[in-house]
Formats: sequence, structure tokens, C-alpha cells
Amino acid sequence: MELSGAEIVVQALIDEGVEYIWGYPGGAVLHIYDALFQQKKIRHILVRHEQAATHAADGYARATGKPGVALVTSGPGATNAVTGIATAYMDSIPMVVLTGQVPTPFIGSDAFQEVDITGITRPCVKHNFLIKRVEDIAETIAKAFYIATTGRPGPVLIDIPKDVTDPNVRIPYEYPKKISMRSYKPVEKGHPRQIRKAVDLMVKARRPVIYTGGGVILGDASDELRQLVEITGFPVTHTLMGLGAVPASDKRFLGMLGMHGTYEANMAMHESDLIIAIGARFDDRVTGKLASFCPHAKIIHVDVDPASISKNVKVDVPIVGQVKPVLRDMVKVLKERKTKPDAKALAAWWERIEGWRAVECLRYPQSDKVIKPQYAIELLAKVTKRRDFYLTSDVGQHQMFAAQFYPFEKPRRWINSGGLGTMGFGLPAAMGVQQAFPKATVACVTGEASIQMCIQELATCSQYKLPLKIILLNNGYMGMVRQWQELFYEGRYSHSYVDALPDFAALAETYGHVGMTIEDPADLEAAYKEAFGMKDRLVFMNVLVDPEENVYPMIEAGKGHHEMHMSPYLTAERELA
Amino acid sequence: MRHIISVLIENESGALARVAGLFAARGYNIESLTVAPTEDPTLSRMTLVTHGDERIIEQIVKQLNKLIDVVKLLDLSDGPHIERELMMVKVKAEKGMREELKRLADIFRANIIDVTATSYTIELTGHGHKLDAFLEAVPEEVIIEVVRSGPLGISRGPKGLGL
Repeated sequence: MELSGAEIVVQALIDEGVEYIWGYPGGAVLHIYDALFQQKKIRHILVRHEQAATHAADGYARATGKPGVALVTSGPGATNAVTGIATAYMDSIPMVVLTGQVPTPFIGSDAFQEVDITGITRPCVKHNFLIKRVEDIAETIAKAFYIATTGRPGPVLIDIPKDVTDPNVRIPYEYPKKISMRSYKPVEKGHPRQIRKAVDLMVKARRPVIYTGGGVILGDASDELRQLVEITGFPVTHTLMGLGAVPASDKRFLGMLGMHGTYEANMAMHESDLIIAIGARFDDRVTGKLASFCPHAKIIHVDVDPASISKNVKVDVPIVGQVKPVLRDMVKVLKERKTKPDAKALAAWWERIEGWRAVECLRYPQSDKVIKPQYAIELLAKVTKRRDFYLTSDVGQHQMFAAQFYPFEKPRRWINSGGLGTMGFGLPAAMGVQQAFPKATVACVTGEASIQMCIQELATCSQYKLPLKIILLNNGYMGMVRQWQELFYEGRYSHSYVDALPDFAALAETYGHVGMTIEDPADLEAAYKEAFGMKDRLVFMNVLVDPEENVYPMIEAGKGHHEMHMSPYLTAERELA
Repeated sequence: MRHIISVLIENESGALARVAGLFAARGYNIESLTVAPTEDPTLSRMTLVTHGDERIIEQIVKQLNKLIDVVKLLDLSDGPHIERELMMVKVKAEKGMREELKRLADIFRANIIDVTATSYTIELTGHGHKLDAFLEAVPEEVIIEVVRSGPLGISRGPKGLGL
């Protein structure tokens, strides 16, 4: 079979099993777009801004576990995609991004729409390639998918100069069956001796905590984690990226930890004598002040990326390997052990934890006058409970409220930008999820600031008839910025006020969607029911919420887990008592 | 502590930039970096000298290994090893000084590799300390230009760094 470079690009993607590409055409990728036009296997989704192409591919990858693919042109097309690439990089999302490039003889000449995109993205990709010969396309694409999806996953960018895809140059095509690279050999299983050492510590522990992150979700290891929790009876907490690994309804789940984590999760970390960290990277939003992080604990750390181990926190038992086989082996060793964890010590530990839990740190003052954002999420959870449901979010207070108040029962159902914290992520990510699961209910919880960063995608949603439910918790502020300004800048709300807001419901309608505005707490449940009842329409719900509600509990940046601020509501209640 | 690290890396465009970029992005100190293709033209060997405490060096080694293009890596400072650096020094060699400079070069087992009526170019190989010592021995006012390669390193003993 003889194919042109452009046809090879498309055929290689087909051979890789790609179903969707999110993209935007332009001069340097015209040959590829022409080849795409002449096939039926891959569906191309035309976004309205390249940032959305990468976020949609990313959302698709997070929900399905398969690599997301984006295709953009050279120059501004490529630079617009960078935010989405960096977002995927920070959260280790498998993604392949194809960028057009000016023809090879023009590279370096400051040609029209030329930018050194491999140079620009080098710090925010797992790897990138600049293809120089048509003969290299198939192998490079195969390598890109291999690298993106194995080891610690991540985005891989392939820059393709226009002349390499010339339709008049045809060569024999064969897609490599297997890729093996001498310089890249990701590990799979953990070292048995390290796993035994970890189990030694686990059976001796008196105050253990299992702390897991996005790695458990990405590594599809939720079942194994649930088994570990089951046979040990240890408490478990998740990072923002790890929610859903263990069902939120499980008694042993302490909620999220970290800056806006629960009192019981953070106190348990602080008082613990053994931390079992799994697929988590000791991010500063999780650890708080490193010097006072888990002062009494030994630390076991399971991670596929050796560079994550002992990066921020010195680890006692490192286990390099994929989370799934490591957990499987760990459970096996635990089952074979004669010594079991000390039941008495564990019971005493649970008693202390229940004491912290009894504080009910997430409580907030209910109101019948104004919609509390927490209430909006709680109701959302109630209304969507029985649905095949995915929730994406943007970044800010609404993201934290969703993480705190939506009880995720399954992995890959909570899709948000954790590491980079990219406003504008939620809507395009939801598009990717809906495309992957057309029958599922997909909602995006957002803020009036975040949504405006990619609001043009409402057009994409109407073109492809994506029945998303957008829940805009509209407080008129960049809520998280305003919260910090209230708490740490004596209430000087410098530029955190979102002025000149559009009428969102009307705006959604001009895009062909259904718009709603809800102001009265009494109306919210009915509005949700109505919105979620519209199966094939996108409904944009502009929910006007309490403008100055804050996210609590909170650990100030640079403070320890034991130095949490509780909401003034709880503090006042305690003083009264 | 000073560490000297040898890296075998795919000889591909951008590979050097990935290493240099890594050091810049993560704020690691880089004292010198030398790179050239090996006997296998698909591989380059890099020698880099860096400073940092144990934790930072551990991270540098891990982060370098994480680069897809890096095939193999060895922290030479972990064991006995030899370092050599090449230096070329152009000096003013006018009448009164020519003999003196020649003698100095001999003492340091250096070679004079270019001669004009008014200058010598002296080539010297050795550990960085020896090169420093030579520069101190030469009167400052006669030095026209100095070029140093940065150190190269190899481990002692029969074992080699290869694929």
C-alpha cells in the first residue's frame, strides 16, 4: 500500500484505534485535513479555539483511559494548544497532539505562522518529535502513542512540516506492530522485597492512613485499592485527582485531604504513624508546610515514576512500579502473612478519627434567601445519583465545593484540572467526555469567570449536539481570588470582581441551547430536574449563588495539616457551646 | 557536593536542549557540560558537572533518567574515576618572556601548539586543579585568551559505561 505523508498520518491514527480527533484546520495541516476528509473511520470534531481541542482530547482521555488526540495548525494554532498540553502534563494524561509546521526548507526562517513548538512545549510534554522525513511518520506516531500511554502517562507532541505530508510523494506504508526503545523502558511490577518491607510496616502500624492520588485512577487500580482497604481496614483519603477510587460512601473513606480537605483526613495524616502513599505526588496543596508534614509517620510510596519518590518528602519504603500490579502483590503478601494488623490499635485509631469526623467540618449555614454553592452541589448529587454521571469542573471555589460535596462512587467520573489549575478546562473537557459516552449524563460545574475562558465552545456543542448540563455557580467574583484577598489582603478585592457579565441564559440560547437563571433556593431542585430531564439539549443553568461564601476548611499556604481554619460558622457554634 | 555525571543520550536534534532545559527549568546548578557523538554515531555522550546536596543530586539523576532520550547514566562521583580537561591558552610571548613560558609549559607537561613572533598557544590536559594551577603560574598580563573544554570523566577499572 503506497500512501502520501498526509494519508500515513491518518492511517496510522486509524491503526492506533483512534476514534476522535479534536482539531482546527490551517495552512500547515491542509494536506492532513484533506486526507481526513476522504475517510470515514475517524471522526474529527471542529472546536472553536485550539485550547479547547486539547482540553476535549484530555477530557476524553480522563474518562475513557484511552489517549486523546488533537490536531492543530502551526504557529498560533500550536501556541493556543499549549495550555491544554501543560494541563495534561501536570495531571499525567495520555494525549497525542499533532501540530502542523512550515515546510522543512522554511524552518528557522521566521516564515508565516512559524513557531518552534517543540522548543516551546519541551518543558510541558512527556516527549516531543519533529518529523523531517515522510518515511519517519508511521514509526514516530507509533512511538508517540507508546510513550503517551505507558509508564507515567503524559502528552506527546508531534510536529509535522507541511512538505512531509505532500500528497504527491507516496511511499509504502506499514504500521509498526510493536515499539521497543532502548532509551525508554517503563517499569511494571514493584520489587518483591520492597513490597514485603511495606507489608512489614503495615502490620505493625498503629495509626495508618492510605493516601492515594490520580495514579490510582490513571492506573485503573481502584479495585485493587478497594481490596487493600477491605483487608486492612485502614482509613483512606484521596487527593483532588484521586476522588472516586474508593466510593465516597465507604465508611473508611475520610474525604479529600490537603488545603481544602476534611478535618478528619488532615488530622489523621498529621497524627498517623504510617502513610501509605499510592499514585500520589506529595503536591504542596496536599502537604502544606513540609516541615510539619506527618511528623510521626513512616512513609511508603508507590509510584510508577521514580522521580516522584522522595522529591518533596523523604520516603522510607519506595516502591517503583505500576500501581495496579503493586497493589495486587501487596494484597497477596498481606493475605499470606500470619501477623495481621493490630485490631485493638486500629480500633483505638478509628475512635480518634470518628471524633474528628464528628466535627462535621463541611457544614455550612443553610439559607432560604440565597443559594449556597455547597447546597447547589449537594442537590446536584441528589438529582444525579442514579444516573450514569460524569462531572467536569473549571477551577476555583466551585471546583473545591464540587470536590467536597459531590460523593464520587466510581473512578474517572470526576474530571478537573488539578495540577495546572486551568480555568477554561471544564466545558471542552465535558465535550470530550460526552463524545466518548454519548448516553451518559455529563455536567460541567463552573464559575462565571472560568466559563468565559472557553465559552466559544458552546458553538461546538450545538454543532455536534452535545447535551451537556452546564451549572454555573455565579457569584460575580473570581471566588477563590476574592477569598484569598478577604483572608490575606484585608479585603482589598483587587480585580477579582467579574464586571459586565452577559446574560448567560440568553447567551446560551443564541447558541441554540436552553438557558435558565435560578436565584431562589426553593427553585433549584425543580430546575435541576427539568434540566436533566432534557436528554438531548444542552442546558446552561446560571445559578446565582451567595457572592461571598468561602471554601472551608482551609489550610493556609505554608501551614501544617493541624493548623486548619474551620468555617466561622463552625467556630461560632463551638464558642456558643 | 560536586558531582560529575556521564550520560549516554540518543544523538537526536533537541536532545541537548532537553538536558539544558531540564537544568534551567528545575533550577539545578550546572557548572559544565560537554557533549560529542560516541563510537556509535546514534549515541552521544555527555559529561556534566553539577553541585547539590544528596537530595538534589538524586532528583537530577532521576529527572535525567526520565528524559525519553537518555539511554544510560552514571554518577561517576559514586566511585573511583578519572577526570581530564583540555585547555588552550594563548599568551603574549615577547622577547624576555619566551624562555620563561617555554619552561613553565615543560614543567606542567604542556605543549606549545602554535607559535608566532609575539605569541605562543599552549595546550594542557589534566584535572581541573592542574589547569587552574597553570593559569596561576602564568603572569596575568601575558594571557590573551583561555579556552577550556570542561571536564570529561571515566570510571576506573575494567567496567565501562555502554549499552
